[in-house]
Amino acid sequence: MTEQNLDNGTWQEAADREDTATVFVASQWKLMYWRFRKHKLAVFSVLVLVALYVVAIFADFFAPYDHNKQNTKLLFVPPRVIHFVDADGNFSLRPFVYGLEQQVDARTLTKTYTEDTSVRYSVQFLVKGDPYEMFGLIEGDTHLFGLEGEERSLFLLGSDRMGRDMLSRIIHGSRISLSVGFVGVVISLVLGVLIGGVSGYYGGIIDTVVQRIIEFLQSIPTIPLWMALAAAMPVYWSPVKIYFAILVILSLIGWTGLARVVRGRFLSLREEDFVMAARLAGAGEMRIIVRHLVPSFLSYLIANLTLSIPGMILGETSLSFLGVGMRPPAVSWGVILNEAQKLRVVAQAPWLLLPGGFIVLAVLAFNFVGDGLRDAADPYAR
Amino acid sequence: MFRYILRRLIYMIPTLIAVSIVTFVIIQLPPGDWLTSYIARLSSTGETVDQATIESLRVRYGLGQPVYVQYAKWMGNLLKGDFGQSFEWNKPVLDLIKEPMALTFVISFLGLIIHWIVAFPVGVYSAVKQYSVGDYLFTGIAFVGAAIPQFLVALVLMWYVFVQTGTNITGLFSPEYREAAWSVGKVIDLLKHSVTPVLILGLLGSAGLIRTMRAMMLDELRKPYVVTGRAKGLKESRVIIKYPVRVALNPFVSTVGWSLPGLISGTTIISIVLGLPTTGPILLHALMSQDMYLAGSFLMLLSVLTILGTLVSDVLLGVLDPRIRLSD
Repeated sequence: MTEQNLDNGTWQEAADREDTATVFVASQWKLMYWRFRKHKLAVFSVLVLVALYVVAIFADFFAPYDHNKQNTKLLFVPPRVIHFVDADGNFSLRPFVYGLEQQVDARTLTKTYTEDTSVRYSVQFLVKGDPYEMFGLIEGDTHLFGLEGEERSLFLLGSDRMGRDMLSRIIHGSRISLSVGFVGVVISLVLGVLIGGVSGYYGGIIDTVVQRIIEFLQSIPTIPLWMALAAAMPVYWSPVKIYFAILVILSLIGWTGLARVVRGRFLSLREEDFVMAARLAGAGEMRIIVRHLVPSFLSYLIANLTLSIPGMILGETSLSFLGVGMRPPAVSWGVILNEAQKLRVVAQAPWLLLPGGFIVLAVLAFNFVGDGLRDAADPYAR
Repeated sequence: MFRYILRRLIYMIPTLIAVSIVTFVIIQLPPGDWLTSYIARLSSTGETVDQATIESLRVRYGLGQPVYVQYAKWMGNLLKGDFGQSFEWNKPVLDLIKEPMALTFVISFLGLIIHWIVAFPVGVYSAVKQYSVGDYLFTGIAFVGAAIPQFLVALVLMWYVFVQTGTNITGLFSPEYREAAWSVGKVIDLLKHSVTPVLILGLLGSAGLIRTMRAMMLDELRKPYVVTGRAKGLKESRVIIKYPVRVALNPFVSTVGWSLPGLISGTTIISIVLGLPTTGPILLHALMSQDMYLAGSFLMLLSVLTILGTLVSDVLLGVLDPRIRLSD
């Protein structure tokens, strides 16, 4: 466009545009946020994860029952169906379930359940139920939803071999299963940044040694190694101790990947002009690392962290599933699945496999978020 | 080339020593002296404990002596082919681990081949038809596949087949072959039974390889020589297969190294679910009953063989791509 072609009006607009252009300065984080927002699946996954973690944190409130409460009369109840329309075709806004009728097979002694349409129990919200102490501090007995009355059980996702509510167990189990990822990644992060940073910043013989160690750790098949380490935990250890031991075991391999990322970034960044400028300005090594180098690859690091959470979750689940990780009475998704190992049991109660669905959901969500973050980590790329 | 292989072999030595140390530490992990617990177990079942046997065991493993002496004795025995004694089975460890180890590698290797068979066409297709429906479909499936734990698929599949057909897909051999000596029939039986675990292993793990293959192909497709080929009037299929595909094949060899640990891990856990007579169930059992020489030997051999596999893939890569063997 040349000036001659512009009439007065366009001049004004162009000037305005220039004005607004100087007003809008987007920081790097803002650019990343914009870019991340474009990845619709990642944004959706963030919502899924937030929901999962909120439910996990306030498990006592969201779970309809105490996850260890047994009900010896209601073993292996299949997932109940929630109705809005009753047998006569009448619609009711309040959801309800029918009563349960139990038949015992005379020959195999297995129990089967059918709906008794003559009785109906409506699902209540904010119902009084099993008492709990949230975080060991807040006492309460209000649950998000449930059935009125003590002895009837909602069993939205069925019950297990001791008549415990599967949904409540899955919700409570998510506390361990989902937190393992975060805490484990923090441990791996500290180790990874420290060792990877030293390796990449100093280079030379230190770098070679660290790289050999990483290669070695990555060449051992993880599951057998984890199994061996986990099986060495004494039986009498408390669940808390076992939980932290598992974190350490998982992080033992977990840090290697992060250390590689950090090292690679250090290697490429330390030659940059801004590092040289900082050095000429008299900045100390620690200051260069913390103030100049780390911020410039922080976004990469966050993306990589997110992508390494699923591995931790799967690791804990696998160990607990095999019976060498968390053990009952502690409950995690792996511990619940452990009971579904026998074909005979699964054939009778396939809903015992449901925690697997939650594992896949959480892992997929983390993968999508990590993918979105990785794309967003470099907002200046095409 | 010879120097390249030699250098790789020398690199391996510290790694192997590290593996042996880790294994030794794991053997030593359970509290107490294993011989004491062994004697306790024997006496609790009412068996008499021969004092001479105990003494010979004590000497053989250097018990009661400093840790490094024990390690040296254990290593020395290992190099002579003596992996120690399994206390649970009361047999030399070597006799117990041969067959499971072989089966583990058969399953893992077949899984690797499935990796290749799947990843090659899918990777090439996804790159050539980038952003097509097929590309999204395949990469989407691979993405989901990578998120599903293998043991879960094994469980669900086992349950589904049982409910649908009433057959139990666990195990690797039909009853009539289980104790039989090796024969053609037994091999065919083995292959038939390994379809399920191999497919689980190969299909779920192929996501990474598909990704690398696709990315490599995309890089190559943008290079000028492809344009030159087209400009000279080569057929599209020939342009793609003859040049970029050949270059993009490198990861097929190089990924063997880093996918082996994953494959062995996968085989271990799938075997435990499906009850396959590979290392998985025996390792788990040995760990549970603290039969540490057996467990340690499994861990050691699995690691050593993985490292050897990586070595082979490095050497192959050096053969295929001169840039690699010359650069370092």
